[in-house]
This record gives sequence, structure tokens and C-alpha cells, in this order.
Amino acid sequence: MSQNEHTLNDSHGHVHRDDVGARMGMWLFLFTELLLFGGMFLVYAVYRFQYPDQFHLAATELNTGIGALNTIILLTSSLTVVLSITALQKKNKLLSVLLLVITILLALFFMANKYVEWSTKIAHGIYPGSEVLLAKQNGEILFFGLYYVMTGLHALHIIIGVIILAFMVVFILKDVITHDNYVKLENGGLYWHLVDLIWIFLFPLFYLIQ
Amino acid sequence: MSDGKTVATEKSFYEEGTTKSPKGIKSWIFSTDHKRIGILYLCSIATFFVVGAILGILMRLELIAPGRTIMDAQTYNQTFTLHGVIMIFLFIVPGLPAIFGNFFLPIHIGAKDVAFPRLNLLSWWIYITGAFLALLAITMPGGPVDTGWTFYIPYSVRSTTNVSWAIFAAFVLGFSSILTGINFITTVHRMRAPGMTYFKMPLFVWSTYATAWIQVIATPIIAITILLLIIERFFGVGIFDPALGGDPILYQHLFWIYSHPAVYIMILPAMGVVSEIIPTFSRRTIFGYKAIAYSSLAIAFVGYLVWAHHMFTSGISDTARIIFSLLTFIVALPSGVKIFNWVATMYKGSIDPKPPFLWVMAFIFLFSIGGLTGLVLGSLATDIHLHDTYFVVAHFHYVMFGGTGTIFIAALFYWWPKMFGRMYNIKLANYTVVLYFIAFNTLYFPKFIMGYMGMPRRYYDYLSEFTTLQFISTIGSWLMAVAIFLIIWNLVRSLKTGRIAHANPWGGVTLEWQIASPPPLENFHEVPVITHEPYDFSQLKEMDYESK
Repeated sequence: MSQNEHTLNDSHGHVHRDDVGARMGMWLFLFTELLLFGGMFLVYAVYRFQYPDQFHLAATELNTGIGALNTIILLTSSLTVVLSITALQKKNKLLSVLLLVITILLALFFMANKYVEWSTKIAHGIYPGSEVLLAKQNGEILFFGLYYVMTGLHALHIIIGVIILAFMVVFILKDVITHDNYVKLENGGLYWHLVDLIWIFLFPLFYLIQ
Repeated sequence: MSDGKTVATEKSFYEEGTTKSPKGIKSWIFSTDHKRIGILYLCSIATFFVVGAILGILMRLELIAPGRTIMDAQTYNQTFTLHGVIMIFLFIVPGLPAIFGNFFLPIHIGAKDVAFPRLNLLSWWIYITGAFLALLAITMPGGPVDTGWTFYIPYSVRSTTNVSWAIFAAFVLGFSSILTGINFITTVHRMRAPGMTYFKMPLFVWSTYATAWIQVIATPIIAITILLLIIERFFGVGIFDPALGGDPILYQHLFWIYSHPAVYIMILPAMGVVSEIIPTFSRRTIFGYKAIAYSSLAIAFVGYLVWAHHMFTSGISDTARIIFSLLTFIVALPSGVKIFNWVATMYKGSIDPKPPFLWVMAFIFLFSIGGLTGLVLGSLATDIHLHDTYFVVAHFHYVMFGGTGTIFIAALFYWWPKMFGRMYNIKLANYTVVLYFIAFNTLYFPKFIMGYMGMPRRYYDYLSEFTTLQFISTIGSWLMAVAIFLIIWNLVRSLKTGRIAHANPWGGVTLEWQIASPPPLENFHEVPVITHEPYDFSQLKEMDYESK
């Protein structure tokens, strides 16, 4: 790891460089993100246990096809992020930027699908507080409540992820991130993997329990 | 380095900053120096403490006699809620780690700064944003929150006051807490000076480290709970609303999964400060160093698993209640280990009863009462009788104010000469400890008795048999106001008229006493190499320390 050698040499500036420390901080932050979603998964588990049949019934309303497509999109985008880091390590700056742009486009594709999915639901009158939904059983109301809250919070993380990746593109172009100083890009990639990982749990819990 | 002669010649961090302009407000609010950030936190947190204390004194004044005295019932509800929210989220959770952790943790491990200095500054800005949001929640139409600081559902969903703003403020403050926690964990792992092994770290570092882990592990849970509550208020999703199938008890679980570990966020750093002060003023190495270090981690771990003891009367199963009661008793063990080790450290020590030490003595007395009454509340049978009475209020104030609050003051008096290079009036400080101790017990001890007699917490009015005890308690609040005023006056006045402090006024041996007062910008001229145990007082000779 040539990165680490810089750590101890560069000790004169007030803000020093420590790549291992930076990664450690990022992992700790991701840990808090997991716990944030963990709280939601806990709530989901409690109500799934309480209303198993109604959860199954409600899940039939969801479009497994779009869900599966979005899973594939996110998994692919995780791959392109990793490739982007490798490209930069091999000093191929242009390819690295290109792969990041592809990642961002995939993320936007994901969000477009999400938009179609949500707006279809809302057009059918299924949204929190709607008459259609309130006429349903309690378990179904909770299922859709959790569906909107959890996928919504996840979508918010996608948006944040896109902003982070956009910054990474700028940093690479401005040579702030270079082939021997790329810990920012690694941390941005880690964040993106987290977003991907959460979706991998959301997908079966909402779409595959019919 | 430590002989005090260097003080006049070298530049302190006050004269040399990290920003372009060395002077003015910008050199503070944009500084990435951990010491300046610590002092920024000190100014903001102390301000909120005073506001919270004034609210508390107003509540006590209202309760001096039965019936209406100075405010109506709704205002009273809002006052105790604000008192709770300000004291918990703006004062006591960030208090010790953000001020003294920031200032002394890097110095204690021989580092020039925390691992992420810019993130550290961001944490302060987020804290201020949270405080600003809390202020908005008070001033916006709708009025201050009246739910109590626990925001229990269903009332928190139905209340027309600014609940959403207030809890969003708590969310933002939680974010600041998480980032500080991440920063400290990474700092301890990555920034220790050569020779500073884990078991050579001062115990304040150990306890701040354990605290940082709780901040990282527990705070996200309150964050998601708050988000769900806000969503519930705006969209009526039904997650906590029984009319839509939701479960209000689930809210209580989620709330306490954070808020119980949070009381260890509050007390653990205080325990660390005690472990610093007692050896210094006993001139004796700490008794059971490893036991104290491990007990901090044990408290952090077991403290995560006791939350439902706040819910013994909420309607949870007997099995759950017995398990949580047992775990609550277990968490008392590491606290007991600490108390015994502190007392054992003093045994045959050469005790120098300076003000910081006296505060610690007050702490041990008050915290022991608070801890033991915690066991009374942790037992199922007694808790049914005492739940939601003044007994809980008294217990909580004995551990939090008598524990953390007292140590907050002790830490100020211990590290003030190091932080500001000035010594306060020691005689006045000694008298203040005595006044504070009397005031504290006058204020809170009657609440144990009233709680036992059945006085419920948060009530605006009470039966006439409580009048005498309520009156005594209110008198205590005035004495406390005087004590707090004397503390602030003594410290603030010392900045102008106090004599210049020696680099090592107490004869401490941890690293902060081996550098100038106030410290230079990068703390150490050269990276220190650690060879001694943290409380090895034979170092005093090498350091040319003469006791005065």
C-alpha cells in the first residue's frame, strides 16, 4: 500500500494525511447508517410478525419486475464504482471518470424507475392517509407505510450518493484525487456500496414475499 | 518543557490560529484547532446550561405553593419540556466529550489534533444548527413543545405545539454527536504518540473512547425514531398509531434503545474525569487501572441492553421485565467497581484537597445515592410503586446533575488553568463546593421523600401535605442559583484578574501537564515518546515539579 507511506512522512501541516484513519472513519459512519436502517428493519420485523398474511397480500400490489430491474441496476452500478477506482489506480483518469459517470447515470435510471413505481401507486390511490389505503386492513396500511418510508429513505440516500459521486468526478478532473491519493474516491465508493447493500435487503422484504 | 519558564516565550494557541486572520470571531468559528473548538463548545454549552437552569428555577418557583403561583399549567408543561430538552440534548450529552474530550483527548494521547479536524469543526456547526432549530421551535407560532422530553406517542403526534421542529433539532444534534464519536474513535486508534499503548492511555481517554462507541452505536436509533415520528406527524403513516395498526409501545422501545445508552454517554466521560482528578490530588497511581478501563467498556456494552427498565409499567411481558431488571442490576457492577477503585486510590495517598478534588468528593457522595436509588427503581416490585414519581426525578438528578453536572464543574476547575492559563480564587471555590453540596441536597433530597409518598412527576399542582417539602426544595433551588453564579463569577473573573497559572499547578503527570498553559497550537514541540504508566508520580521529579 503505497498510500500508507505518506501517512507518517507528511506530518508538518496542521491537517495531516492518514488514509487508514480516513477509511476507518468511513466504516464507522457506514456502521451508523446500517443502524439507522436497522431501526427500520426492526419495525418491519415487528409488524411482519404481527400481520404476516396481510403483508403477503399487500406485497402482491408491488411490481416485482421493476424491483428486480432496479436490483440489477444497483448491482451493476456498484461494479462500475469499483472499476473506476481500479482505473484510477492504473492511472487511467479518463476511464475512471467515465465509469463514475456511468454509475451516476445508472443511479438516475434507478430513480426514474422509482418515480414510475411510486406515481403508479399514487395514481391507484395507494399512499399514506388516502381513502383507498385507509379502507384496507391494518397490516396492509402498515406495509405500504413502511414501503414508502423505507424505499423513500433509501432513495434519499441514492440522491446523496449521486451528489457525492458527482463531487468525486470534479475532484478527479481537478487532480484532487489522483492515482496515489484516492482515499476520497474509495470512501465515496464505500458509501455507494452501502446504498446498494440496503437495497439488496429491501428488495426481498418488499417485493419477494408474495 | 514543563518548568513554567517557557510560558512567556512561546506562542499559545490563542496567539496562533489555523485560519488566515489570527484574531476576531472568524479565527474561532472557522478554526480547525481542537482546542479552539473545545472552547467554542464551552461557550455555547455553558450558555444553554444557564438557560436550562433558569427554566428549572422557574419551575421550582411555580411549585413553591399549591395552585397557580407564577405560570399557568400549559406554560408549566412547556417549561419542564424545554428544561429537559435543553439540559439533555444541548448540555449534558455533548457537555464533557465535546468540551473536554475535544480539548484534552488529543493532548492526552500525545497528538497534535483529532483525526478529522475539519469534521470536528463541522460537528460544532451542526450542533449550533441544532440549537438554532430548537430556538425556532420555541419562537415559532404553535408554541414550545409540551410533551415532556421523551416525546411519547400518541400525545406527541396530536400535540399542536412545534413538536416536529423540536425533535428535528434533536435529530440534527444527534448527527453532531455521531460525527464527534467517529472522530474520537479514529483519533484513539490512529493518533497515539509512540509508546502510548492502549494501557498507557489516561483513563479519561478510555472513558471518552467508550462513550464515542455508544454515540456511534446508539444515536442512529434515535435518529430513525425521530424521523418516523416526524413522518407520522406529517403523513399519518400509522407506524406508531394504534388506530392504523401501529404500536405506541414500539416507540417507547426505540426511544429508550437510544436514550438509556445516552445516560452512559452522559456519565462515562465524567467517570473518566474522576479517574484523572483523584490520582493527581492523592499523588498516587490509580488503583486497578485495567479494572477501570474495562469497566468503562462493560458499562458501554451492558448499558445498551437495559433500556426496557424505563417501561416496567408500560405493558411488556413478565419475562421481559425480569430479564431487563436483572441486566439493570448487572450494569450497576462496573459502576461499583469504579467507585471502590477511586476510594482505594485515595487510601494512604498524600491528599491535597484542592477545589477539583473537593468537587469529586461531592460527586462520589451524590452519585452513590443516585446509583443506589437506581437499584430501587430497577427492582420490579419497588418500581411499580415509584414509577413516574418524584423518586425518579430525584434519582435522575442525583446521577445526572450530582454525577455528570458536578464533574462538569470539577473538570472546569481542574483544567481551567491549563485551558486559559489563569488561576481562579481557590478559597472562594472551596466555599462554593460546600454551598453547592448543601444546595443540591436541599433541592433534590426532599424529592425522594415526596416520590415515596406518591407525588407524581410533571404535575402542575399537588396536595397540601407536600407543601413543606416542595417549599424546602424551592429554597434549595435558590441556593443552587447562588452556587452556580459563584462558580461562573469566579471562573470568568479569573480571566482578567486571576494570577498567571503555572504549567503544572496541581502536580499532575498526564501529558497535558507537561506542556505550557495555555498549550501551543500543535500541543507538543516534538512528538512525545511515552515511557511511563499514565499515573506514575515518580515523573514529578523529572518534571522539576515543586509543590507550592
